[in-house]
Amino acid sequence: MENNQYMNPFTAGILLGLLLLLTIFITGRGLGASGAVKSAVIGIEKTVATSHTENMRFYEEYNDTHAENPLKSFLVFEVIGVLIGAFISGMISNRLKFTLEKGDGITSKTRIAMALLGGALFGFGAQFGRGCTSGAALSGMGVFSTGGILTMFAIFGGAYAFAYFFRKLWLN
Amino acid sequence: MGPLVPDLISTELSLIIALLIGIAFGFLLEQAGFSSSKKLVGLFYGYDFTVLRVFMTAGITAMVGVIVLNHYHLIDMNIIYINPLFLWSAIVGGAIMGLGFVIGGYCPGTSICAAAIGKKDAMYFVLGSAIGVLIFIEGYPMFEGLYKAANLGNPQLETTFNIPNPIFAFLFVVIAIVAFTLVTKIERNKNEAPVCRTSNRYLAALAAVAFFIGTSQLFVSSHSDHLKEIESMTDFSDYKFKEITSDEIAIRMLRKDRSLQFIDVRSQEEFKEFALPNAILADYKNFIARDWEKIFRVDGQITVIYAEDETTEKRAVLAARDVGFDDVYLLKGGLSEFRKNILEFNKPEGPIEASMKDTYRFRELASKELPRIIEEAKPKVVKTEKTKRVLGGC
Repeated sequence: MENNQYMNPFTAGILLGLLLLLTIFITGRGLGASGAVKSAVIGIEKTVATSHTENMRFYEEYNDTHAENPLKSFLVFEVIGVLIGAFISGMISNRLKFTLEKGDGITSKTRIAMALLGGALFGFGAQFGRGCTSGAALSGMGVFSTGGILTMFAIFGGAYAFAYFFRKLWLN
Repeated sequence: MGPLVPDLISTELSLIIALLIGIAFGFLLEQAGFSSSKKLVGLFYGYDFTVLRVFMTAGITAMVGVIVLNHYHLIDMNIIYINPLFLWSAIVGGAIMGLGFVIGGYCPGTSICAAAIGKKDAMYFVLGSAIGVLIFIEGYPMFEGLYKAANLGNPQLETTFNIPNPIFAFLFVVIAIVAFTLVTKIERNKNEAPVCRTSNRYLAALAAVAFFIGTSQLFVSSHSDHLKEIESMTDFSDYKFKEITSDEIAIRMLRKDRSLQFIDVRSQEEFKEFALPNAILADYKNFIARDWEKIFRVDGQITVIYAEDETTEKRAVLAARDVGFDDVYLLKGGLSEFRKNILEFNKPEGPIEASMKDTYRFRELASKELPRIIEEAKPKVVKTEKTKRVLGGC
């Protein structure tokens, strides 16, 4: 394994924690990711299927609380930044490459199907959790939020509980 | 005092800040190795605990930082976003995310990082997460019940369990140290060598820094400690107060002097019944809240704190000073003296000292004029103390 390429995890953790702290200090909120996906979906659905969204229960509530363009939000800009930042990091560390990463025991097709399914589950679950690993778990931990920390335990607890059944995807 | 948005930084600028924060976030996640699904799920199969190390360290760092910032009142915990707690939704949602994690190999943030460096599986994961969101939106009426059940507000650990937040931070540090030791052993069993070779010296140094930051607070008392002292204080002879007499206030009120700003620190009931012109009702224990900045710091303004008695006024002035509002007057003798001398003024019987003659004449006049002026300028709205939280979350 080429571990030396990556930053020391504790150093990375401290820097990440300081970044989260700075974010809370500046903006009063933590980091996030799934919210940007949600904003993008909403932005697209409202544009391409305007009439469809008009009588929907979800949008009735959403429009009450969100007056602005969904794409002009903190999280969308933050995630654009994530793309740029990760790209820069990949460039510096020589990791830019089109690949499909998968366990040895499965085909590329299976991997793609599982990535889609896993993503769908995560995106769906993040709605109930009101945030994902970044917005609920990590940021919630930083501000001592009971809700965020409970979600964090549920994510990692759930993953451990289900891991056994999907070991063939990852282990030989 | 944080947070800086929205009061000190505009929304537009905050979007640029969001972009910069995102760049740093993406860079760090990628550098930590979070752009690899195999590395991420190693956490669940016991061959690579990088995620645990990074995540726990980051969470603890932020926790300790938040405690320190809060202790020195550099952030206002009433404004920052605390993730809400909907009990069942949080648990079910978390479990679904966990399932998605082991099946898909990423979480949303890491999939975006991985997609940025060309991982095709991550691109499918991002697409999948958009589909998942869409399913939720389309089927919302079906999910609404669970989504909104057991709304327990926005509690912090400290309110849920009635144990101070710093204790929890300490607890998480202990858990982390135990976990770090344990996972290194597990990695050593699974692989030939642990994934991360961090010297114990490095870890010990980190723990020492965290410990130092944590304990340093014990020796620097906070505003809430000072408030407790002020509350129990009876002897104020060590302090000098700027006083304004009831006569001077009366003169200024008659002249409709606009530079006067009254801060009323009595109860809401008393305030509703009677208050000085355009007074603002305040609980002096809340002077730390950021709104007071705008009220206290106005150029050329004479800020007068008043209560029924002078002792309460002195406590309020000290509380104001403790958060940096030094230029504050108190009403000499309190409102009770103002009533006695001015509003309900009765000329004493018997011979009058020559020096008091003018004063008495003025007070007689004021007692006739002022009730009308005070009634006209009665504060209309009771200022609500509620501050708006920053909207956050995903």
